[in-house]
Amino acid sequence: MRRPFDTMLALAAAIAFAFLLLPIVALFLRVAPNDLIGGLGSEEVRDALLVSLKTSAIAHVIVLLVGTPVAYLLGTRSFRGRGLLITLIELPLVLPPAVAGIGLLAAFGRRGLLGDELEALGVRIPFTQTAVVLAIVFVASPFYVRQAIAAFASVDRTLLDASRTLGSGPARTFRRVALPLAAGGLAAGSSLAFARGLGEFGATILFAGSFPGVTRTAPLAIYAELDRSFDSALALGALLVVVSVVVLVAVKALTSWTLFGWTSPSPSAPSTSS
Amino acid sequence: MAAVTFSDVSKTFPDGTTAVSDLDLETEDGEFMVFVGPSGCGKTTALRMVAGLEEISGGEIRIGDRVVNEVSPKDRDVAMVFQTYALYPHLTVYDNIAFSLKLRKEKKEHIDKRVREAARTLGLEPFLDRKPRALSGGQRQRVAMGRAIVREPQAFLMDEPLSNLDAKLRVQMRAEISRLQRTLGVTTIYVTHDQVEAMTMGDRVAVMRKGELQQVAPPQELYDHPLNLFVGGFIGSPAMNLLEATLERSNGGLSAALGDQRLSLGEEALAARPALKRYEGQKVVLGLRPEHLEDAALVTDAPADKRLQGEIELTEALGSELMVHLKVAAPPAVTEEVKELAADIGADVAAELEEAKGEQQTTVVGRFSAESNVKEGETTEVAVDTRALHFFDVESGLGIYDETKGATR
Ligand SMILES: Nc1ncnc2c1ncn2[C@@H]1O[C@H](COP(=O)(O)OP(=O)(O)O)[C@@H](O)[C@H]1O
Ligand SMILES: [Mg+2]
Repeated sequence: MRRPFDTMLALAAAIAFAFLLLPIVALFLRVAPNDLIGGLGSEEVRDALLVSLKTSAIAHVIVLLVGTPVAYLLGTRSFRGRGLLITLIELPLVLPPAVAGIGLLAAFGRRGLLGDELEALGVRIPFTQTAVVLAIVFVASPFYVRQAIAAFASVDRTLLDASRTLGSGPARTFRRVALPLAAGGLAAGSSLAFARGLGEFGATILFAGSFPGVTRTAPLAIYAELDRSFDSALALGALLVVVSVVVLVAVKALTSWTLFGWTSPSPSAPSTSS
Repeated sequence: MAAVTFSDVSKTFPDGTTAVSDLDLETEDGEFMVFVGPSGCGKTTALRMVAGLEEISGGEIRIGDRVVNEVSPKDRDVAMVFQTYALYPHLTVYDNIAFSLKLRKEKKEHIDKRVREAARTLGLEPFLDRKPRALSGGQRQRVAMGRAIVREPQAFLMDEPLSNLDAKLRVQMRAEISRLQRTLGVTTIYVTHDQVEAMTMGDRVAVMRKGELQQVAPPQELYDHPLNLFVGGFIGSPAMNLLEATLERSNGGLSAALGDQRLSLGEEALAARPALKRYEGQKVVLGLRPEHLEDAALVTDAPADKRLQGEIELTEALGSELMVHLKVAAPPAVTEEVKELAADIGADVAAELEEAKGEQQTTVVGRFSAESNVKEGETTEVAVDTRALHFFDVESGLGIYDETKGATR
């Protein structure tokens, strides 16, 4: 009975991997390594990558700075309406990005909900780099916050209590105890959110447009290039894969390094026999 | 060091649960005070209110002269030891112990000296570089103690610190904590549901039930003069046998009728409990401690009216003594308190109690001398030390003592 079942599992895995890896393999088969480097020589490609990295980085900092306290609140306190709040945070996950883009326009656009107020302040958001950042924050933040809530919730509450009785205030307890203990989950959520932000397309193009050097991120540039030359679109795509993989590996490594730091006994510890 | 004082302290949780009501209790400076009671009676909540981890709904808690109701936990200067130890998994034993000292920004050399001192006292020196997960349960417990003592707090608060250890280690740590507390002389509130811990460790023991303080007294007094049925039944192991009895007058004295059998109470019992006279002709709860029962064959002059007859269900030879479970044809006392005590031991115990009530049969535990030759299945005579009987009011559950103190506290 086991054999056929195992074979089935293996087959499903093989199909899944083949399907998931095929586009990436195809991409790199079509793009010679030289074109990859050469791509960086093109101004459009460089601009697009720079816009992407800059907006993603700023958006990510915002997500971390605002999302972490929110997640701490939702993860460690129990109050009425907590479940509802968590659901609201997850909403952008299920929203089609195009809908997110329209929604952002409806909120921050000139004739949007906050249009008059922003006008009075002399702030224009749509079709600027700020809009790109907002779009990324909107779409990517749930990936971080959701995981961060879970990470904080899994920190043993008595550890936080203990810290408070040992003389640290709530802020220090957060920094010295909750944060290091949740770091693994935070890092995982952080890498997911960053990757999602880097790939953002739908909300950005609707809310920020696709102006070269300003709001044209790498994914938008790929789309724009597609009309002109399939090859340079391919090259840009391959570059984006490389950047994404580098980022993912960096964050993963950071995560496991932190985790490793906790689990392994420190090198100077004597053997376990006592 | 400072005394901890509860004045009319109450705690009601947002969901409406009242965990502690009107707790009035004063610990003395340097005292080892034990809170004991079945699980759910509010011990942890009371302790957490002292630590500042739980808001106080009513009343006042003082540490020394200072009312701490509004003082944040970090400024209360107490050290709490948690049931699960609450050690930081990401820190070494050294850093766990040093945690509070580092927060205070004390000098490195000073911190080092204190941590090493504590480690030496607790036998933790070889483990300072390890993470908690590489320690045994007993060692973790010691780290938690170490983390508390380096703070040199006004008071220690310990929440069932030994409940996660195996029996043997528990006995050892019990002695160690007692010794440590005596050496340091720091006021300690120690919470446990284990009455043996309470009896062996406490200078005084506070018995709690459903959020209410029942009695505070030194262990021996608690044992000898329980104020009520709950305290009598909770303190002591094996527990006090509780039967329903009717007080009758016979040959000029009082006797307790247990089913068809009678125990003559004698002058001493009456002298110690003058209020008993008022219960003549009434039902009372009779409490018999196991050590006051003995195989009648081993007692040279046990009068016939100070004996009970019963069928031996089970004997447990402990070497030093023989624990005997015997069935006596008399109804058990079944009151709210008794049911609660039974339920705390286990659901099956509570069910058995109801069954026994229906059959008018009570299983009584006796602590016989090891020389006893009684066998399971036999019917035997048991000598009862009637001077040591306990009596409680059926309705109020209060101990029946003298007229004035009688049924009030
Ligand atoms: N945070 C809470 N919210 C609501 N009820 C609680 C809370 N903590 C404890 N309780 C309730 O208060 C009572 C006392 O609990 P606790 O102090 O933990 O008892 P103990 O330590 O004696 O076992 C219990 O009925 C428990 O269910
Ligand atoms: Mg408890």
